[in-house]
Amino acid sequence: MTNNKNISLSVNKVKYERSVEPRMLLSDFLRHELGLTGTHVGCEHGVCGACSILFDGQPVRSCLMFAVQANGHEILTIEGLGTINNLHPIQESFIEAHGLQCGFCTPGIIMTLVPFLEKNPNPDETEIRHAISGNICRCTGYQNIVEAVKIAAAKMSVVKSGDIAHT
Amino acid sequence: MKPAPFEYYAPDSIDEALSYLAEFGYDAKVLAGGQSLIPMMNFRLAQPSVIVDVNNIKGLFFIQPNENGGLRIGAMTRHHQVEESKLVADRAPLISETMPQIATVQVRSRGTFGGSVSHADPSAELTAVSVALKGSFLLRSQKKERWVPAHDFFVGLFSSVLEPDEMLIEAKFPALPERSGCAMVEVARRPHDFALVGVAAVVTLTKDNICKNARIVLLSVGEHPMQAQLAEQMLIDTKLTPESLRAAAETAAKSDIDPGGDIHASAEFRRHLASVLTYRALDKAFARARGDG
Repeated sequence: MTNNKNISLSVNKVKYERSVEPRMLLSDFLRHELGLTGTHVGCEHGVCGACSILFDGQPVRSCLMFAVQANGHEILTIEGLGTINNLHPIQESFIEAHGLQCGFCTPGIIMTLVPFLEKNPNPDETEIRHAISGNICRCTGYQNIVEAVKIAAAKMSVVKSGDIAHT
Repeated sequence: MKPAPFEYYAPDSIDEALSYLAEFGYDAKVLAGGQSLIPMMNFRLAQPSVIVDVNNIKGLFFIQPNENGGLRIGAMTRHHQVEESKLVADRAPLISETMPQIATVQVRSRGTFGGSVSHADPSAELTAVSVALKGSFLLRSQKKERWVPAHDFFVGLFSSVLEPDEMLIEAKFPALPERSGCAMVEVARRPHDFALVGVAAVVTLTKDNICKNARIVLLSVGEHPMQAQLAEQMLIDTKLTPESLRAAAETAAKSDIDPGGDIHASAEFRRHLASVLTYRALDKAFARARGDG
């Protein structure tokens, strides 16, 4: 395309420079251009929350942004949160509490929870349910997700990890 | 589910943005937080050929005190910034109370005050709150600049007085008189979802607890935020009681609005909610105006 724009951004602390068509959604950019398929795409109109990522430390829906808007910004996706051998406490807690079945909604929920638990280290159940109200899960009935968040909060109050660059 | 192609401009000044709007007019759309525009583009309900992205214009991001205790909010101030602002909590507590009820946390990260107002969705909380607080909006084009009261800004379903070459620059809200109380209540199927009905109320009392002024604005019950003027008139210059608040709430639901029905709620249910919620909003606002809310 002739009207491609050059962008430079940081994703999971790695710098990328790419040329993108302005209409490319940030979710598609992460998945198709960078191969970071941990960010899932569900509804593409801001209802399901599966594509939630951190944009300059804030949870956003990556299907409601254009990649070109990420120029100069810092993104964290599920791939940048933990590794197989060194999971983030929220990821560990989801395993322990069986907070997922098919796993489709899980990356979006976990990315939403990272800043939430940093701001609210000791949330009650109502606060947890409000925090994940922008994420739809069709398997679990949310019960075990809420349990997982409680376990994660307890873990994170001990281990201060998941350092996100807040600006 | 992918947007149609468009030309993209991301100016870093208001003047430059206005020059694109002057050049492209109806073909251009301003991209603020994108939380309504981008879904519409993904569905191809909207296919603007030019996008003017105003996210890089630093002069549109601010929350500032206005003279005499009022408040100014720049058009691109994001919902979460308004939600967390101490100045907003001090000077316009109705706005602070409303913010957590707006959409979900991810939408509040990106969504903007001016974007929500410009979109003129009749279920958007900030439209009703702006009318209730007697706010006004600064609209600017290359040719002129004008302040429009919120009450005159919304003219229909998703439509406002904004001309295609105009952009909303900021909102301002006057200080509330002493002994004023406000409340915003709504009912949605799920918390943070679109409200079936919402009510913003502002009550001002005299020293003797006579109602000096009342403003009641309902959302999701018409093509734009609906001011319940008959109900307001029933309260002004009277001593407020639970009975008078209930009578005003019933009038608001019966005579001030004419809600439609859809798959989310029938017209009758919306009227019922309007009555219940108007009462609750007035009751809370009244208690706060007395100082025991």
